[in-house]
Amino acid sequence: MTIRAKHLLGIENLAPDEITTILDLADQYVDLNRRQQKHSDALAGLTQINMFFENSTRTQASFEIAGKRLGADVMNMAMQASSIKKGETLIDTALTLNAMHPDILVVRHPHSGAVNLLASKVNCAVLNAGDGKHEHPTQALLDALTIRRKKGRLHRLSIAICGDIAHSRVARSNILLLGKMENRVRLIGPPTLMPSEIKELGVEVYDDMREGLKDVDVVMMLRLQRERMDGGFIPSEREYYHRYGLDAEKLSYAKDDAIVMHPGPMNRGVEIDGTIADDINRSVIQEQVEMGVAVRMAAMDLLARNLKSGSGDDAAIYA
Amino acid sequence: MKICLTDARLIDPELGTETRGSLIIEDGVIIAVGADIDTQTADEIIDCRGKCLAPGIIDIGVKIGEPGERHKESFRTAGLAAAAGGVTTIITRPDTTPAMDTPEALSFASRRASDVTPINVLPMSALTKGREGREMVEMGFMKDAGAVGFTDCDHVVRDPKVFSRAMTYARSLGALVMAHPQEPDLSKGAAVTSGKFASLRGLPSVSPMAERMGLERDLALVEMSRVRYHADCLSSGAALPALQRAKDAGLDVTAGTSIHHLTLNEFDVDDYRTFFKLKPPLRSEDDRQAMIAAVASGLIDTLSSFHTPQDEESKRLPFEEAAAGAVGLETLLPAAMRLYHAGDLTLPQLWRAMALAPAKRLGLAAGRLSVSAPADLVLFDPEAPFVMDRFKLHSKSKNTPFDGARMQGKVLMTLVAGRPVFQKNCFPKGLP
Repeated sequence: MTIRAKHLLGIENLAPDEITTILDLADQYVDLNRRQQKHSDALAGLTQINMFFENSTRTQASFEIAGKRLGADVMNMAMQASSIKKGETLIDTALTLNAMHPDILVVRHPHSGAVNLLASKVNCAVLNAGDGKHEHPTQALLDALTIRRKKGRLHRLSIAICGDIAHSRVARSNILLLGKMENRVRLIGPPTLMPSEIKELGVEVYDDMREGLKDVDVVMMLRLQRERMDGGFIPSEREYYHRYGLDAEKLSYAKDDAIVMHPGPMNRGVEIDGTIADDINRSVIQEQVEMGVAVRMAAMDLLARNLKSGSGDDAAIYA
Repeated sequence: MKICLTDARLIDPELGTETRGSLIIEDGVIIAVGADIDTQTADEIIDCRGKCLAPGIIDIGVKIGEPGERHKESFRTAGLAAAAGGVTTIITRPDTTPAMDTPEALSFASRRASDVTPINVLPMSALTKGREGREMVEMGFMKDAGAVGFTDCDHVVRDPKVFSRAMTYARSLGALVMAHPQEPDLSKGAAVTSGKFASLRGLPSVSPMAERMGLERDLALVEMSRVRYHADCLSSGAALPALQRAKDAGLDVTAGTSIHHLTLNEFDVDDYRTFFKLKPPLRSEDDRQAMIAAVASGLIDTLSSFHTPQDEESKRLPFEEAAAGAVGLETLLPAAMRLYHAGDLTLPQLWRAMALAPAKRLGLAAGRLSVSAPADLVLFDPEAPFVMDRFKLHSKSKNTPFDGARMQGKVLMTLVAGRPVFQKNCFPKGLP
């Protein structure tokens, strides 16, 4: 079980078989995580640094737990508070950390492409934990794992992604992943929150929620950030909820066994009705969080295997 | 002393022809050109061996870091880059630090330039003080000090009242006003052009419509003020109909584009490569094709490098934060050869855009291969292949998007007023 990539920067440069490999291994880690004794030594002796240049609680915790369960020495760096305030550039920060010989860097950054830049300057494995509006690969992988386990397959499904597509890295990674695995992807949202020419990525675009949700197998809701609600992109929170918030009535247009997903954190009553979010027959939001740890364990395990064997594209310096 | 260049492929942008022939220079001007001229009386004969001889390139809109950012580019290094690139006249931008907005600073910079480079350097002045879009500069004094044009560069004059007054005043001086057509609110914060690429990469983007809106506004003000106007760098097909209408209506309007917008498109940015971050941003392939067609037809008059030196620190940043711009003095000619070899533009068409049209617009006698024109010339081999190595550029800054690219077209000799300033890959000694 290996993947070819040295870093996990995005879904864009993963092949379908690599996606399947990650998910298969993640399935094993789900089992491990449900045991009382949750330890593996896949990353024993390795150092994992979480560099979050943007606030995050859930993702950072998920990566931290994943690393610890695999036996890595995990260190969290709150980058907002430190060197960037002193004027250090991203590359210098990266080089400084690189000199401490970490094996895995988990990076979140507010600018698209920043993680790619950083990865080109260090010689450890880099995991993108979200860069700007670009990609959030582990989120798409955990969503895929959740779908695969709930639906029994990850192909020929009709999947709707709803809400603020334009500002969402989660949406981009999901569009790429679900497309690579040959699913039908629909994007639903107000046109002000839809990226231009997105249709060229092979998706169907709807601005009517009911029409878009018709007969879908999976409904993925996206978080609408508060700062977008003040009239700049949409007129108001309540109008958004009325037209695009997921409630029982709108959900009734989807298939009877359609599942509801949300990457969190949720705004109840803005993009999703509380009762839908809590409906254990429809909502898989808690499972997503659980799958998140397993997928991150799998991804780090596979990257670490490349480190140890000296393989992986981009001529590993570990060889 | 008479110098004769024989057996050259003469690129004449005025006649739109390429012919085999010779050219004689005396006292810094061309005194004879053609196939059957008497070459016997010359003191020195240079055999061009069938290579191309064309007017030296006149590059409108070159950024030089003096004053303010000399670590990025000085007059001396820009002059070397120009000479090596077949550029004989540089029209400098006023977006220096501080902005070129006083006659004293302008004459100082001109003196500096003539002390350290043999290339012709003609300065442009800011249009408003500090390029802040509030008060106009002392246009009369600036013009007397040698300003060939007035522009705030990429700072759009937002207030139409300020802009129209500056235009009206400029008209009384017969001055040329240049602008960067752009709707500044629509393009605020944008790093790339809108479209599939921007959506995929998650980068803030601007529609090419912002350029058209800026141009339409400017042209309405030109119609009011009747000033001589030049749009510095158009990049999108959407802006062209407005330009055509203005020209048809008889307004004194011209427009330029950059070599990067003719040879590269949005997808060249690829994996967030900041050397491809430009202003205006690289556009779609459709826009690139439209711009090439517009240069071919003459709707777009001038073609420049928009030489914008940036140091490594300004570029080694996440794409959104990185500085925009690329160096181009030395790559303009080989990049233009891409268009020639692709069959997009002929050599006379290219030299009309790179030499003749800028000369006409600025009232210069150069840019032509005709008798009594200054002997500002470039001799080049359009076929010679090479791989671009950015560290071999003469500019202080090495931010070229063509690094590692296979190119064709090498400058063999550059002459300014009949004197070689670049020859056999060397800069002759004894020149400033």
